[in-house]
Amino acid sequence: MNPLIKLLLEGGGLSTAQMAQVLNLSEVEVNRQLDQLKKDRLLLGWRPVLNLAEEDAGIVHAVIEVRITPERGGGFNRLAERISRFDEVESCYLMSGGYDLLVFVNGSSLQKVAGFVTEKLSTLEGVLSTATHFLLRTYKEQGFLLDVKAGENDRLKVTP
Amino acid sequence: MDTTRFIAKHVVNLPRSGIRDFFEVVSKMQDVISLGIGEPDFDTPWHIREAAIYALEKGKTHYTSNLGLIELRRAINRYVEKNFGIGYRPEDEILVTVGVSEALDIAFRALVNPGDKVMFHQPCYVSYHPSITLTHGVAVPVPTYAKDNFALTAGALVAAWQPGCKLLMLNLPCNPTGGTCDRAQVEAIAKFAVEKDLLVLSDEIYSELTFEGEHVSIASLPGMKERTIFLHGFSKAFAMTGWRIGYACGPATLIEAMMKVHQYSMMCASIISQEGAIEALQRGEDGMKAMREQYQRRRDFIVRRFNEIGLKCHLPRGSFYAFPCVEKTGLKETDFAVGLLQAEHVAMVPGTAFGANGAGFCRACFATGYDQLIEAADRIERHVQKLVAKR
Repeated sequence: MNPLIKLLLEGGGLSTAQMAQVLNLSEVEVNRQLDQLKKDRLLLGWRPVLNLAEEDAGIVHAVIEVRITPERGGGFNRLAERISRFDEVESCYLMSGGYDLLVFVNGSSLQKVAGFVTEKLSTLEGVLSTATHFLLRTYKEQGFLLDVKAGENDRLKVTP
Repeated sequence: MDTTRFIAKHVVNLPRSGIRDFFEVVSKMQDVISLGIGEPDFDTPWHIREAAIYALEKGKTHYTSNLGLIELRRAINRYVEKNFGIGYRPEDEILVTVGVSEALDIAFRALVNPGDKVMFHQPCYVSYHPSITLTHGVAVPVPTYAKDNFALTAGALVAAWQPGCKLLMLNLPCNPTGGTCDRAQVEAIAKFAVEKDLLVLSDEIYSELTFEGEHVSIASLPGMKERTIFLHGFSKAFAMTGWRIGYACGPATLIEAMMKVHQYSMMCASIISQEGAIEALQRGEDGMKAMREQYQRRRDFIVRRFNEIGLKCHLPRGSFYAFPCVEKTGLKETDFAVGLLQAEHVAMVPGTAFGANGAGFCRACFATGYDQLIEAADRIERHVQKLVAKR
């Protein structure tokens, strides 16, 4: 794996200048590699990982199990891509098991999410059924635990 | 009342650890970036912690066999056989201890008669020399040098050997230098040990943190298993320093002798730590490798920076310590370390804390976050530039 990607995956949130130092590259080279990763569609973009309980009061998150009809020649792809393009959809995955697509949806209120499901999603041709689950509380977000205070470190400063 | 007269003479004469003195200074300061820490910055992987919690829930709160849980000894045998190429009988050739520190202490107590000589390479872990002194043995330090990347050479052993030497203590890879030996060098050490009829105590606590090439255990060489006590533990590879859990493997007669000391002093290692250790051996390998990979990237960075700054630093092939030479600054290692701490609030441990042969060097632990390492390197650079300009 590309050393730059490994460093990004460590999740230290380093600046490009810091990454350049660690990898012994120029900052220009780090930026060039990042651009290349984006061009290759390996690096899709940057987003902060927020503690949503603290930050966006009122935003509603739902997980929707969707059963759809596969199509000759295209399988699930055409419909899955079509669903993915809605702004409300945060993530969309094809799953094994009792349903086909797992769709993560955000909305500013419960009604907005309900409206999206009943008016947009379930009315699409090929969608057989939906089951909507609302998120109640987050304990871990993208690898970050929510109940750990920043800067917690009780290691002794000098040890043998 | 003067109570010091009650203290045993050999303890009165025992110097305090240089690390301890340095810790007193550092602990009173704020905003210190410490490269003086001798442990992983990772917490113990969760699955290991969870196994210990489960053990408590299941009522695992009792004494274990003096030798340790048989399940753990079996797991140790499988692990050591797979990774080091040496098999030990779980029934009588493996002893679970409270860290390698206890294993070392009871090994010396079981093996050293007053006046017996113990060879060990230096710079080395702080407790080797005092542990020998405490058992009324005679410490025979063998220097290792920067020119050899701090590998122990047979030449240095031959030069340091004296009549009456009985034990040879090894720590490869080495704290504080990160130095280790390749197969040919270990073979030369083994040959020396056989020629001089020495029993080898091999502390291989950093073996999993070998970054390039193979780690060769001296016990795996032909004829060496019978004259080696293999010491290992969980602190470094599995980030379990606070659990205090390690083990000794060796010929049954020697393990039995160590067990006698262990049973009258420690009884057994903590059962909770033993349960965690089983989990670490059975399912901890992936987590350990991920940590090693991160250490390696940090090592490459900090060693490169030391050399850019002008503090010549060999590439440590193992451990999480860099051992740069500070002679360029014109200061002794202790003065340099104290000056750096006061001026720039960066802590490195003076090399002489690890024995006289550490003179001219400081130990920098790179088991800390990149942002800290980057900032520490910048501060050290500023400090060194000032010192060099003054010369």
